[in-house]
Amino acid sequence: MTVLEAVRDAMREEMARDPDVFVMGEDIGARGGVFLATDGFLDEFGAERVIDTPLAESSIAGIALGAAMEGMRPIAEIQFADFIWPSVCQVVGEASRARYGTDGSVGVPMVVRTPYGGGVRGGLYHSQNVEALFAHTPGLVVIAPATPYDAKGLLKSAIRSDDPVVFLEHKRTYRLVRGEVPEIEYTLPIGQADVKRQGDDVTVVTYGLMLHHCLEAAEEAEDRGVSVEVIDLRTLRPLDEQTILESVRKSGKALIVHEDTKAGGIGAEVAAIVAEGAFDYLDGPVMRLTGPEVPPMPFSPPLEELFMISPDQIVEAIETLASY
Amino acid sequence: MRVRLPQVGESVTEAYIGPWLKNVGDRVEKYEPVVEIVTDKVTMEMPSPATGVLSAIVVAEGQTVPMGEVIAEIEVEGEESEERDDAPAAVPGSVLEASLTGTLLKDVAPVGPTGSGGPLVADDSGPRYSPAVRRLAAEHGVDLSAVRGTGIGGRVTRKDIEAHVAERDTTTPAADAAGDDEERVPLTPVRRTIADNMTRSASEIPEAWSTVEVDVTGLVALRDGARAAFREREGVNLTFMPFIVHAVAAALKENPLVNSSWGGDAIVLKKRVNVGVAVAAPQGLVVPVVHDADAMDVTSLAKAIDDLASRARAGRLRVEDMRDGTFTVNNTGALGSVIGKGIINHPQAAILNVEAIVKRPVVVGDEVAVRSMMNLCITFDHRILDGAEAGAFVNAAKGRLEAIGPDTVI
Repeated sequence: MTVLEAVRDAMREEMARDPDVFVMGEDIGARGGVFLATDGFLDEFGAERVIDTPLAESSIAGIALGAAMEGMRPIAEIQFADFIWPSVCQVVGEASRARYGTDGSVGVPMVVRTPYGGGVRGGLYHSQNVEALFAHTPGLVVIAPATPYDAKGLLKSAIRSDDPVVFLEHKRTYRLVRGEVPEIEYTLPIGQADVKRQGDDVTVVTYGLMLHHCLEAAEEAEDRGVSVEVIDLRTLRPLDEQTILESVRKSGKALIVHEDTKAGGIGAEVAAIVAEGAFDYLDGPVMRLTGPEVPPMPFSPPLEELFMISPDQIVEAIETLASY
Repeated sequence: MRVRLPQVGESVTEAYIGPWLKNVGDRVEKYEPVVEIVTDKVTMEMPSPATGVLSAIVVAEGQTVPMGEVIAEIEVEGEESEERDDAPAAVPGSVLEASLTGTLLKDVAPVGPTGSGGPLVADDSGPRYSPAVRRLAAEHGVDLSAVRGTGIGGRVTRKDIEAHVAERDTTTPAADAAGDDEERVPLTPVRRTIADNMTRSASEIPEAWSTVEVDVTGLVALRDGARAAFREREGVNLTFMPFIVHAVAAALKENPLVNSSWGGDAIVLKKRVNVGVAVAAPQGLVVPVVHDADAMDVTSLAKAIDDLASRARAGRLRVEDMRDGTFTVNNTGALGSVIGKGIINHPQAAILNVEAIVKRPVVVGDEVAVRSMMNLCITFDHRILDGAEAGAFVNAAKGRLEAIGPDTVI
């Protein structure tokens, strides 16, 4: 099963299970979504629960916010994460603080789903990484799965969550990444990282598409005598500090890899967690390997390839850190 | 231009400076050898990076310096001589580029800062230790200045401390204090490397070992008969080793699990069959490697082994001679040993001792005959192999050796 199919199955199962769940967004009805995440939904669930919206992200998020406050469970699709900015007022300014602002009495059980990330020749307006801004916001949950199994289990948990979730789907993984998904019903816990590969010498912390590059690099590093542990964060807020710290206390060395640019990114937060919680165990500098400090994403294919971290670069970083 | 000690091999962090082959004032051509460099296991001549005049020798013979250190200067025509200041940023090894944005520093050469943040610059106030190293040193009461560092620029790593503590704890207290009745012999780099490797192998690998007897009467007859003509034709002595390595390489090919490494959560099968041959060199045991031994015939193996052994004894092995071994053959028979347990050459899966060939009364059919017998003793990593696989491998080698007769074509 692909990541895209996992996302589709998760929504379909939740809509069948709970009549309060509905989807809304641009082209998601008649067209079935630009990536076909909601393909067939209009026929199956009807126009009342599968709503094509105008091209207005602020309205999509605002309507979802209102419906959620009234007890519905909307899944709002933002067609590309690059266009999520008009909805920030509703998501960051309102949804995230509703629970706190009402002394716990009003929750906002909405999910904002959006495809993000580069490596798809999308240029400046179809390649952005938006996770850092949302992960900075108290009151939000931010999820970024990398595999079909995680995507399905976590999206179902997100839909059932009583508080707002930003659910980031790396569009390069949609059809590229395949994996086993159990036929039985399951959900996965939000806020739990997953050790995707065990090792002793270096801990690599990553998420999204980069997980797959890191696993490839870890394989290569192993051949060169460096044993690598790879942690898939899966949830970017709240971060699973325990899993990160346990691994770094074992290896003494941490490398964080993400496609997003460096300053103020998820890597900075992970580095700080490591410095605060595993200082006495560190045997080398906490390193970050990230996209360069330019607005993603160059149009030129060679430049785009340069922007996206390659497995070779990761191997090099692992070896440098291992030899420190 | 400054001449720096180059990075000469994986996991090599320092080198002894051997004899200088050029004097100050001598003219040197690009690629012409200027100095001998001695690392843990190899000696090599370092080529000049440029054509010019050797204007200064910064590091004299007999000193040990980390990779990347300036060891000499060459005046190159048309190039203004660099000032010999020691600005911290110009000294590789003291700069760790901590700002990584898509590119990473290789070895210890400095790279320009990319993205935000500045480089971490080590000051000259002495070595710096990581928090993990300090904590472990305090816990175990280790004097850090006594620990040999294997990290970048000779840094002491957590693993160095762990190894140091392990070694210390297994050393008897009496060995630490040399009185009048004792003499402390400092370790040579080769001795220390052997010690480290043996300790690592013995402490990490759960070993098992077994022995099979091989009837090599036919092989002895073949070799004795062919010896003179082979020497005449090929220019090298025909020993038993090429036959054994030939049989071993074929047996490895048939039993790929023996040609592997323990990979933590997997067994790493090696596609190439690179057989290391242990050689007693004056400075200690070295194990040069016959690469792709499975693709060679006995004659090529005889030449390759002869070449490696003679260069090993002359201290002329190159880095590439020592790399990428996947299995080791240890010719203990040369020492008269008839049975023994080798220590695995970490991280390989097994080692094979080839013991002495001796004539013994052996029951053949229902009669006692005098046969030339040889023991093959295998030590193997029991995480990777069980007795069944190790046995299948040794018996495959045994079968090949016993099939050789006086008329076998070499």
